[in-house]
Amino acid sequence: MPEAPPLATEHLTRVVDGQTLVADVSIEVRAEEVFVVFGPSGSGKSSLLRLLNRLDEPTGGTVYLDGTDYRTIDPRTLRRRVGWVPQRPTLIEGTVAENVAWGPTLRDEPVDEARLHELLDRLGLSGFADRDADRLSGGEAQRVAIARTLFNDPDVVLLDEPASSLDAAAADRVESLLADVMAAYALTAVLVTHDADRARRLGHRGVRLRDGGGVATGSLDALLSG
Amino acid sequence: MFQDLLNHIQDPIVWTGLTQVGAAAVLAALVVLLSRRRGLGLEAELSIAFARGFVQIVAVGLVIGGLLTVPVAWSALILLGMVGGATWISRQRGTGLPGVTQVSFLAITVGAGLVIVTMTGAGAIEPTVRSLVPVGSLVIANAMKINGLALNRLKDELRDKRDEIEVGLALGGPPAAVLARHLRTGVRASLIPVVDSLKSLGWVWIPGVMAGMILGGENPVYAALYQFVIMAMIFAAGGLTSMLTSLLMGRRVMTAAEQLRRIGDDGD
Repeated sequence: MPEAPPLATEHLTRVVDGQTLVADVSIEVRAEEVFVVFGPSGSGKSSLLRLLNRLDEPTGGTVYLDGTDYRTIDPRTLRRRVGWVPQRPTLIEGTVAENVAWGPTLRDEPVDEARLHELLDRLGLSGFADRDADRLSGGEAQRVAIARTLFNDPDVVLLDEPASSLDAAAADRVESLLADVMAAYALTAVLVTHDADRARRLGHRGVRLRDGGGVATGSLDALLSG
Repeated sequence: MFQDLLNHIQDPIVWTGLTQVGAAAVLAALVVLLSRRRGLGLEAELSIAFARGFVQIVAVGLVIGGLLTVPVAWSALILLGMVGGATWISRQRGTGLPGVTQVSFLAITVGAGLVIVTMTGAGAIEPTVRSLVPVGSLVIANAMKINGLALNRLKDELRDKRDEIEVGLALGGPPAAVLARHLRTGVRASLIPVVDSLKSLGWVWIPGVMAGMILGGENPVYAALYQFVIMAMIFAAGGLTSMLTSLLMGRRVMTAAEQLRRIGDDGD
């Protein structure tokens, strides 16, 4: 029997006040691949991502994690397993280290300092641990946000246009560090982007969305040329 | 009851009071006149406000005069009515928050109720309508103000910090821990006026109860002590109300799947 994919959706739908945000999306994300959710602005990419870690509730369909319907999984466990990097880093007041360790701190768990520094090193933030999060550049803040999500050791990472608010140089740096870290940790990821070049550089397969619905799924070459 | 009310009205002190009102009215009329001379255009508004204030306060005096004759058990009903009014007014500060009416009613009832019952038991409030209704109303009115401030701040906080809260939830944080700092902000903001009142008590302002007691010939030291008791009651009831509102609202704003509800502009 084939192994269940780490993450799959089945007829996933979200309708709010009569407006369809996500329409009947069925996708399958394979282990250790970067699955790209591609489409123009307003096509439902971020809305789809928010359903994958259940930050919003589907009004139809569901999501499976390793073959298990995610509605049967405790939301906190689910969100640890499916990490989310939002478009804007949204750091809390405090140091970089406090931001990266925010997950375990909220859960009242011990913080693995060695791992924290390892992650900071990997994301080009060596020596940043004690810096005030308020004083970071946009690119640095986004890298802290990525470290914060990875520090939770998720099975799948949701990346919501992590470089979209940055200038070209900072975006490229975030992208290359992200590629390195994903390869190093053999991460499975879902990447939302409207940038075809970035999708090609980071992704393996994906889905193209229009008006909330998936219009094509498969290899990136076919999707992005379509 | 009606005869008692008639006796209150016919009391010679009432006529003395009316004369004093006349003197105060002359001063108020002077302000209206000055306003007209200087072209402020406030005459109508000032006159109406003055007349309205007079009618309202005399009506309250008459109501309290009538209430003084009812059995003490009625106090609970009267105070409950006041809690209802306080709920209605303060809930408007949190319009759009889920279950805001229920939460406000529960928080004010428990916050103010606990203080009134405890202090009545301790002998600080006489178990009479004459004492329970006015002191109770002071406590309830302040719980209302503090509840309104807490709701207002909480609503702003939940809207402005939505991204931060969702990041906390997305990291697998328990809602109580994720919301803690935002709920604390609401409680702290709501208690600032009462804390400032406590700080300035006596040297910046002499509050009404103490002033009234001194004017009524009461021992000034006892008047001061009793005023402090009143302030402490206001602080305790307000603090309890604000904390309860935050606690209950912290649960209401989350769905069963630990998602932050949308904070709308209207309704419960």
